[in-house]
Amino acid sequence: MATPSYSTIVKDGLWDNNGVLCMLLGMCPTMAMTTSATNGFGMGLATAAVMAASNLLVAIFRGYITYEVRVPVYILIVAVMVTLVDLTMNAWMHELYKVLGLFIPLIVSNCLPLARLEAFAAKEPVLPSLADGVFMGLGFTLALTAIGAVREISGNGTLFADASLLLGPAFKFMEMRILPADTGVLMMILPPGGFLATGLLVAGKRLLDLRAGKQISMGGAHCVG
Amino acid sequence: MSKPTYIHGIILGAFCLGFGVVLAGTDMVTSAPIAQRALEDKQNALSKVIPPTIHDNNPVTDTVVLTGHDGKPLTVYRATKGGKVTGVAYQIEGSGYAGEMRLMLAVDAEGKVLGVRALAHKETPGLGDKIEVAKTDWITRFTGLSLGNPAADKWKVKKDGGVFDQFSGATITPRGVVAAIRHGLEFYAENKSKLLEVR
Repeated sequence: MATPSYSTIVKDGLWDNNGVLCMLLGMCPTMAMTTSATNGFGMGLATAAVMAASNLLVAIFRGYITYEVRVPVYILIVAVMVTLVDLTMNAWMHELYKVLGLFIPLIVSNCLPLARLEAFAAKEPVLPSLADGVFMGLGFTLALTAIGAVREISGNGTLFADASLLLGPAFKFMEMRILPADTGVLMMILPPGGFLATGLLVAGKRLLDLRAGKQISMGGAHCVG
Repeated sequence: MSKPTYIHGIILGAFCLGFGVVLAGTDMVTSAPIAQRALEDKQNALSKVIPPTIHDNNPVTDTVVLTGHDGKPLTVYRATKGGKVTGVAYQIEGSGYAGEMRLMLAVDAEGKVLGVRALAHKETPGLGDKIEVAKTDWITRFTGLSLGNPAADKWKVKKDGGVFDQFSGATITPRGVVAAIRHGLEFYAENKSKLLEVR
């Protein structure tokens, strides 16, 4: 298979082959962290950083990793990247760490980084692999923020609450109250709401793809052909 | 594959060794700043529950270790002024809707609550998290109360026949917090002489 062009990588990562809305990978952090749009956004960015770094490393060391031990080596690389991010953020970005710190160890339980190492970085050159990590990560961020927004608006009536804690005081304007206080449907914040919101968004994405005349296949690594 | 089996072991071992060195190096560089940040966090938490006017020492470093309710050692931070203990602060635990909640409780020399703050919890956002001072002022209403005020059998949420408000839709969280504070005050009463002892 020829190396995909950068525009394909970008389109695949953000929309066509989106890690959450198409491949349905990484459901554990998706369900756990999308109780608000801000949480989803933070988790997405942390995951994107780990995916970019681990895709890059695997693409560089590809020649030395034998097929038989590739999976343990991939897991090792993802785990080391997660620990490095965890330690450095705790030491030098402590305010951010207090908000994001909860999410970071969860990245190890995400099978999306591992899937991209196996499906992309293990076969393709270094720079496209880096791009794939970045855009798959950003697509993950996009999906988590969208799911978080749906759950937060319907469950709590707010949007981007506490964004200023994550991004700094300049982002205070993002914090909105959409519905009056105490009118939210609590279930949307609890675990069932995660499945409902994710299902609705997956269905919505498929509807848009069908409208655009794209072929949709059920399951498999590529769901838009 | 023409490669002998042990090659794979060597490759995996080499990656583990290499990344192990990277991790050890990062840990060496970051452990001091991380310890410093943890200390600052503790100082912040203590300064929220102990008013600065009642002490001339640093409560973070003036500690005694006693045996807590659960039999485990409990670190008590002491505020002193002019050589007399004016207040003590320690961590208390309550069971909430989603597991353990950790709070910091400060009590003055008369056994009155100086302040309580939630340190860590996993309560439902929008419901149980109203115990955070950033969300509502509920937790500040305990300030000034003691075991006799209200009476011991009234240290409950209203639903259980006590005097404390629950939140609409969430009773378990405030129930856990009220019980934790009551236990914390009982701990103070039982250990008063040790807590106020001047070293």
